[in-house]
Amino acid sequence: MKSSRLLFGYALAYLAFLYVPVLVLPLFSLNNSAFIAFPLAGFTTRWYAGLADSALQHALVNSLKVGIATALISTLLGLTAARAVTRYRLRGANAALGVISLPLFIPDIVLGISLLLLLGTLGLPLSLASVVLGHLLICVPFSLTVLIARFEGFDRNLEEASADLGEDGWMTFWRVTLPLMLPGIVASLLLTFITSFDEFLVAYFLSGTEATLPVYIWSQLRFPARLPMVLALGTLILAVSVVLVIFAEKLRNQGVKKPVVGA
Amino acid sequence: MSFLSVSKVSKAFGGNTVVDAVDLNVERGTFFALLGPSGCGKTTLLRMIAGFETPDSGTISIDGEVMNTVPPHQRPTNMVFQSYAIFPHLNVFDNIAYGLRKLRLPREELRRRVETMLATVRLEGLGGRAADQLSGGQRQRVALARALVREPKVLLLDEPLGALDKRLRDAMQIELRTIQRKVGITFLLVTHDQEEALSLSDRVAVMSGGRILQVASPRELYERPNCREVADFIGEINFFHATVKEMTDSGVTVNAGLLGIVTLPRANVAPGIAAGDTIALAIRPEHVRIGREGVAGEIVTRTFLGERSHFHVKIAGRTEPVAVSGQPPSGKDATLAFPPENLIALPADQT
Repeated sequence: MKSSRLLFGYALAYLAFLYVPVLVLPLFSLNNSAFIAFPLAGFTTRWYAGLADSALQHALVNSLKVGIATALISTLLGLTAARAVTRYRLRGANAALGVISLPLFIPDIVLGISLLLLLGTLGLPLSLASVVLGHLLICVPFSLTVLIARFEGFDRNLEEASADLGEDGWMTFWRVTLPLMLPGIVASLLLTFITSFDEFLVAYFLSGTEATLPVYIWSQLRFPARLPMVLALGTLILAVSVVLVIFAEKLRNQGVKKPVVGA
Repeated sequence: MSFLSVSKVSKAFGGNTVVDAVDLNVERGTFFALLGPSGCGKTTLLRMIAGFETPDSGTISIDGEVMNTVPPHQRPTNMVFQSYAIFPHLNVFDNIAYGLRKLRLPREELRRRVETMLATVRLEGLGGRAADQLSGGQRQRVALARALVREPKVLLLDEPLGALDKRLRDAMQIELRTIQRKVGITFLLVTHDQEEALSLSDRVAVMSGGRILQVASPRELYERPNCREVADFIGEINFFHATVKEMTDSGVTVNAGLLGIVTLPRANVAPGIAAGDTIALAIRPEHVRIGREGVAGEIVTRTFLGERSHFHVKIAGRTEPVAVSGQPPSGKDATLAFPPENLIALPADQT
């Protein structure tokens, strides 16, 4: 009896620890005071109105560009690699997977600095393209994981059946593989987009003069008066992220339906 | 050359020979079964004919054309997969129409062909049904229709009834046979179920360990197996140790120990047996006679099967009871006779 009450208390504390900081964000974004402190001063939406700022919008557009490019390229690379790993008996497939996934375990700050040095050595200018490159390193392992799971979930015989029914490799991909992979592809697009959109460290090092949204937010934190506006922005990003993640997870779990065997 | 001809085909996976120099000839329009226990290489052979695996050596030809280098999508074969492989994102109609895209048929013609096929497999009106709303039997029919609608030269069936329950399987067996007669296409069926192979096919090839042991009609396989393994695999059978005493043109005299000295007709002797050989003398349970004369024994188990019973008789000097099928005597004792004309002489195991 006592231990179950203790466990309940622990679970409550755990959830509070996870989500109270997140809830502070929307709370103070609606608070009518430039100071982030209790007691609350009253309700306002003026911080949200303050978001209509051209530098901010420019950063937002940059982030969208980087995010979309990263998502598309990463998913495409992930798709081809996942197909190769799951469909063919490849020598060194596991080693290749390990190497591809390694960036997951390298601290982003190390990744950022090393990429910065590399680009500098090669004499390449910093731009949104270099941010995309950095984000690809982080995102391809995500795409790969999602897509491999999807490939493993569908009957290999389906592709053979398509070949048997007269379709070559490309038409089989188009008529069978792609439609069945679609939920996985969409999930990969969403996950990599969010990862890129939220990423700060690598973008901070590689973006040069073209700030992405997180980099812009970081730059705004120097001005205390801008803080509530950043909270408002953070609240919006949070809301969109949550919706996208839920959507992506739903798609990811929507497996190819298992055939009913027997009468 | 036969319609479908497999010549000296071998295939190994990682040094493990799965199909070993197999020769196979299938005539046009026949229902042919490849029968064997799992792992005997029958599915690999089927997949090589479909083009999903490449033979290490040997040739496969269909209707006079060598198939070895032809990719699966250009072969005149279609396959019914064991898992059926119904496309889950397409409905029944689109599944069946899948292989007709290349023909670029007018809409009406396409509809007519698919609907004719739906009628053939008795799925009228189910064209709009989603793939995941089909029962096992219906999935099997869709897989069959999808393959047949392309009018292949050879239809390949990989354990097509394996996933169905017993009653449905029996019904589908009769139907498969009817459909084959109707469309006249050469069917090549792979199965481990001897009853299925015997009841469906015109000819059966028994496979084991990557080799074909015997190719014959179902009746021949049952009555004249050419080796112990085939005899054992097809139906139930009793074996007795024996040695060949004398061989003449009309018959073979063997010393069969418990059964005494018997002379059996020459036709009952498998090829490759010579005087002095140790052999296995085989007899089917329904050929063992129960009467007054012969070997005395004691009934140990009985199974009532309707018009006849199946029972096992323990006889002295033999550990394994003799399987008998027929009308058992009322008591415990039974006297068994083994008519020489029903005894088959087979080579003893090589081991």
